[in-house]
Amino acid sequence: MKHTISALVENRAGVLARIAGLFSGRGFNIDSLAVGETLDPTVSRMTIVVRGDDRILEQVCKQLNKLIDVVKVLDFTGKEFVGRELLLIKVSCTDENRLDVASVVDIFRGRIVDLNPKSATVEITGDEAKIEGFLRMLRPFGIKEVVRTGRIAMARQIEKK
Amino acid sequence: MKGCEIVIEALKKENVDVIFGYPGGAIMEVFDIFYQSPIRVILTRHEQAAAHAADGYARASGKVGVCVATSGPGATNLVTGIATAYMDSIPIVAITGQVPTAMIGNDAFQEADIIGITRPITKHNFLVRDVDDLPRVIKEAFYIASSGRPGPVVIDLPKDVQQASTEEKCPDSVEIRGYRPTYRGHIRQIKKVAEAIAKAEKPVIYAGGGVIISGAHKELRELAEKAGIPVTTTLLGIGGFPEDHELSLQMLGMHGTRYANYAMVETDLIIAIGARFDDRVTGKLSEFAPNARIVHIDIDPTAISKNVAVDVPVVGDVKTVLKELNKIVGEKSHPAWLAKIKEWKKEFPLSYETGGGMIRPQFVVEKICEVAGGDAVIATEVGQNQMWAAQFYTYTQPRSFLSSGGLGTMGYGFPAAIGAQVARPEAVVFDIAGDGSIQMNIQELATVVINELPVNIAILNNQFLGMVRQWQELFYDRRYASTCLARRKECPKICNEPKPGCPGYSPDFVKVAEAYGALGLRVEKEKDVVPALKEAIASPKPVVIDFVVEREENVFPMVPAGASLSQMMGGMA
Ligand SMILES: Cc1ncc(C[n+]2csc(CCOP(=O)(O)OP(=O)(O)O)c2C)c(N)n1
Repeated sequence: MKHTISALVENRAGVLARIAGLFSGRGFNIDSLAVGETLDPTVSRMTIVVRGDDRILEQVCKQLNKLIDVVKVLDFTGKEFVGRELLLIKVSCTDENRLDVASVVDIFRGRIVDLNPKSATVEITGDEAKIEGFLRMLRPFGIKEVVRTGRIAMARQIEKK
Repeated sequence: MKGCEIVIEALKKENVDVIFGYPGGAIMEVFDIFYQSPIRVILTRHEQAAAHAADGYARASGKVGVCVATSGPGATNLVTGIATAYMDSIPIVAITGQVPTAMIGNDAFQEADIIGITRPITKHNFLVRDVDDLPRVIKEAFYIASSGRPGPVVIDLPKDVQQASTEEKCPDSVEIRGYRPTYRGHIRQIKKVAEAIAKAEKPVIYAGGGVIISGAHKELRELAEKAGIPVTTTLLGIGGFPEDHELSLQMLGMHGTRYANYAMVETDLIIAIGARFDDRVTGKLSEFAPNARIVHIDIDPTAISKNVAVDVPVVGDVKTVLKELNKIVGEKSHPAWLAKIKEWKKEFPLSYETGGGMIRPQFVVEKICEVAGGDAVIATEVGQNQMWAAQFYTYTQPRSFLSSGGLGTMGYGFPAAIGAQVARPEAVVFDIAGDGSIQMNIQELATVVINELPVNIAILNNQFLGMVRQWQELFYDRRYASTCLARRKECPKICNEPKPGCPGYSPDFVKVAEAYGALGLRVEKEKDVVPALKEAIASPKPVVIDFVVEREENVFPMVPAGASLSQMMGGMA
């Protein structure tokens, strides 16, 4: 089961290592991790996507909460949230199929941000289903490289303090 | 004020009057201030001992223990002691020197990333890069170490930070937004506990180290007596409930009493208090307490439902919660249940074989209890000695039994006894030791002699790494691989049978004691046990008593690792 965990943490050296240690110590592989400052520059938000047994993950969330540098933990699993990821994709394209690539990009509301005779670099954001669909459609052209930010997520409701 | 001066000011403010430490290049600034400060510095002979002594001090007194060491090897020598304190939730603050901030990460001389190394074995740790942060960090360190579920905290202090000056003052209070332990249990949950108790017919209280840490022994006794519930304790819970009380079942688990383990199997309600369902306690999880509902009171939410699914969780400080619970719990008695337990106690008391001419180690422990009396502090090493010390001494006071439960650290007992003796100068302090474990920190004989700390060491000398040998005897076809400490070059390669003609033992513990200036006694006959103990207690010197005991004695009862609590070996009188 895939879990999206959002943690508000102190914006300090060493915090990431503590959090990563909690997951690695229990044999969890982090699928993705995105970190950025919040409105309060002393606090960062980490969005962690990880797969694992529900019960063990509940334990990991409790352990996260127990870390002194962690201010708050939310497990979005089973909750209403908006999840987005930004991807940069380098896809092969030539004079023959450039228009086909462009139309796929268009349908998925991506953007071609760089173009040269042999390839195009495409930017796209979206949730998991959209990204997967997009990659599936581009694959026949030949995907050379993908760089992903990892998911960021926000609850649909206003967070309770 | 300079960073090094801040350290001492802050320690004074935390009411620290003694530290255990060992100097070196990266912490000289701090020791230089200690030199003229009223804080007592106990110089151990190994940093590991400084950490264990701080831990023993904390366990015996309830205060935070402090140890100080230099960077690199000094800091890494603390690691076992820090991990020991972490596993048993003991509040210590370890201050380590570090190379100057500009050199961190350069593989500088005596640099070790002690923050990285201790991250998984501390409650929290701090690398102080700016002297302005130092007063706040020390305040936070003591607060974190001693509040909530206590634990060790490391403060790593680069040398230039010790030398730098700051205008910042030591604060009077702390506020950490990510750390707010819950002390008061939810009243609705506490009511549910009272209801569960009212319904139960065969309840049992399973009390752990949390009872001692939160100082809840009186409240625990009140609950047990009011609701007529028998009490078993974990190794760390020993002393949390008087073992001479008729409701006491003593210790449970792998080497617990038969009656405690039987009670856990038959009970319909387990009230776990400040305990964590360790595998040495539960045995095979799928067969643990098959008929019981489970109540769990603990300050650490991560301890709840970690190993065993809990029916009624209460997150809160044990003492605070028990106070509330005692107000609403109904008076009850369970005559049939208690009669059954009484029968088990009569049928399966803790016992051991006698005869054969050699001293039985269990006998020595019983006599220490008789001679030293109720107010003594007992530290233990790890192995058979530890289990016999737990089984055959009758503990009635909290903070009277100091033992490395979670990590099982050989070499813990002696330095912990030092810490206890420093905390409680008037108390009779014993380290009940094995001949293997004692050699892991035997250099501390210098510390006790020089500081005139009259610690008594009772070595139960079986010339074996006894507990490992016991497993070899029971589960490895008596293949005594690397467990015979008397083994010499001339011995046959395969020897699973110690005989009277075995080579002489090394070292001679009596001579070792004497070489350090302690009193050394050797006891080989049962009749000499009590006189030797009396002599040791009367002596103002530290004393080492080498009790030459039956070599292949085993600890029983025993639940083999991974078996259910009902599958005990031995201990059928
Ligand atoms: C530091 C450390 N190393 C190894 C062990 C594994 N171990 C557990 S008990 C034991 C034997 C202890 O022997 P001794 O101190 O002579 O005590 P006895 O069991 O004979 O009473 C060993 C080696 C341990 N617990 N700690």
